Amino acid sequence: MLGLLTWSFNLLKPEMLPKEKYPLFYFNSFFQQVGEVGLLLVQTFKNLFKKPWEKRIFIQQLEEIGVRSLPVVSLTASFIGLVFALQTYIGFHRYIGPGSETFGGPIISLGLSKELIPILVGLMVSGRVGSAMAAEIGTMKITEQIDALFSLGADPTRYLVVPRAVACFIMLPCLTIYGDILGMAAGYFYNVYLMGVNSVLYIRNTLLYMELWDVLSGLIKAAVFGVIIAIIGCWQGLRAEGGAEGVGRATTRTVVIASIVILIVNFLLSKALPADIGI
Amino acid sequence: MIRVVDLHKSFGENKVLQGVNLRLKHGETLVIIGQSGCGKSVLLKHIIGLLKPDRGKIFVDGVDITPLSDDALHKITRRFGMLFQGTALFDSMTIGQNVSFGLERYTDFSKEKIRESVKENLAKVGLKGIENLMPYELSGGMKKRVGLARAIAYGPDIILYDEPSTGIDPIRADAINDLIIKMKKELKVATLIITHDMVSAYKVADRIAMLYEGKIIEMGTPEEIKNSKNPVVQQFIHGRAEGPIENW
Repeated sequence: MLGLLTWSFNLLKPEMLPKEKYPLFYFNSFFQQVGEVGLLLVQTFKNLFKKPWEKRIFIQQLEEIGVRSLPVVSLTASFIGLVFALQTYIGFHRYIGPGSETFGGPIISLGLSKELIPILVGLMVSGRVGSAMAAEIGTMKITEQIDALFSLGADPTRYLVVPRAVACFIMLPCLTIYGDILGMAAGYFYNVYLMGVNSVLYIRNTLLYMELWDVLSGLIKAAVFGVIIAIIGCWQGLRAEGGAEGVGRATTRTVVIASIVILIVNFLLSKALPADIGI
Repeated sequence: MIRVVDLHKSFGENKVLQGVNLRLKHGETLVIIGQSGCGKSVLLKHIIGLLKPDRGKIFVDGVDITPLSDDALHKITRRFGMLFQGTALFDSMTIGQNVSFGLERYTDFSKEKIRESVKENLAKVGLKGIENLMPYELSGGMKKRVGLARAIAYGPDIILYDEPSTGIDPIRADAINDLIIKMKKELKVATLIITHDMVSAYKVADRIAMLYEGKIIEMGTPEEIKNSKNPVVQQFIHGRAEGPIENW
């Protein structure tokens, strides 16, 4: 269908204009790139069930994506928890009155676990891991290592993309739950230890109004963001050309495209996922 | 063994191959010469299945490989070993892991046998005790030899060389030529080499073919190529700037 659309628009191309100037060039180019990403996603899914599984690379990627992202996720989650707690404290104190600050607990927990931590983990990992994937695969592409993989009997999608996509799919929710715990702990620390909010009421209100689904919906989002980061990083790497400059462009594009897609998909998922399923 | 029939390939408006016809026989060494950027590497990538032609067919022992899926193609490419222009060694792996890569995928050897085979193949190209080094620790000539060891490790019967003497000094280039001849004799393989190094071409070739403007314009023994009446061939083999080849 997309191919047919692109083909029909190509018919309208005025031959006299240079390639980049004709009116539908960017429109066509956009759909062509969407098609490329879609195709890579389908190929990755198909190759999930084919042997051999690249266990060594998969374990390496688990470490690279998960363990090595812990410092940046720790810092981000802690400080976003602190600043969120600071603002909710001011809000309750100013508009509801002294004593109401204990209701900051459920708001902080809900905001962090449903929206802020999945988004920030997604953005941080796309900057740290997505760009590294694009750089590594892009360098392999321009030095013919991907051609060498094929000639030595390895399918580049199965060897390079599948382990990265599965590792991201697993590790992003793990990092998110870790970030949730740290962020909530930071919120508790700010309210209870720095601002003197009643700790029993703070915890009771948090447990009373927060639901398991709030955390689970954040984890679902994180898993989707993981696949987005891996597919966009690998796609940009696989289409890199033109030497070091091309690899540089691929890494920059990965971060920009993945970040934008994550922000858009986050809104769509927030809208699509039910607010409450009773768990 | 390999037959290329009417092969066409374009990238956008750039017509790279415009009807290439070629035949590589069992046990022979065919060298394809031509200017830089004339499509030699593109031709080689079609033969190994890395690129699909716009038109034309490639037969390997009578089987047309152009319509095959990647999985079916790997059963055919098992018979090819390729030495890439820049060696294309996997820089995140040790030399031992590089050489064993094809063995792990194309054979059902035990780990012990793979280790032995890696040593044997490195010894065949004159390298010993470097299994645990990383590619960046080797010189250009050593990398070429490791690339060759990786290409021959799983016992292919066709070896493809993409500019084997490019990027190394003349003495090492001649050592690579000797290795190419040695591999052909010892392993009884068919060899397809693309190069623009005429010294190398004359030394290793049974036949030489010249690719120009997307077609094979001349093919023959090294002696026949030297005595060719074609002015394009004469300009190229003597390396003259003046002549019918202008788009350099």
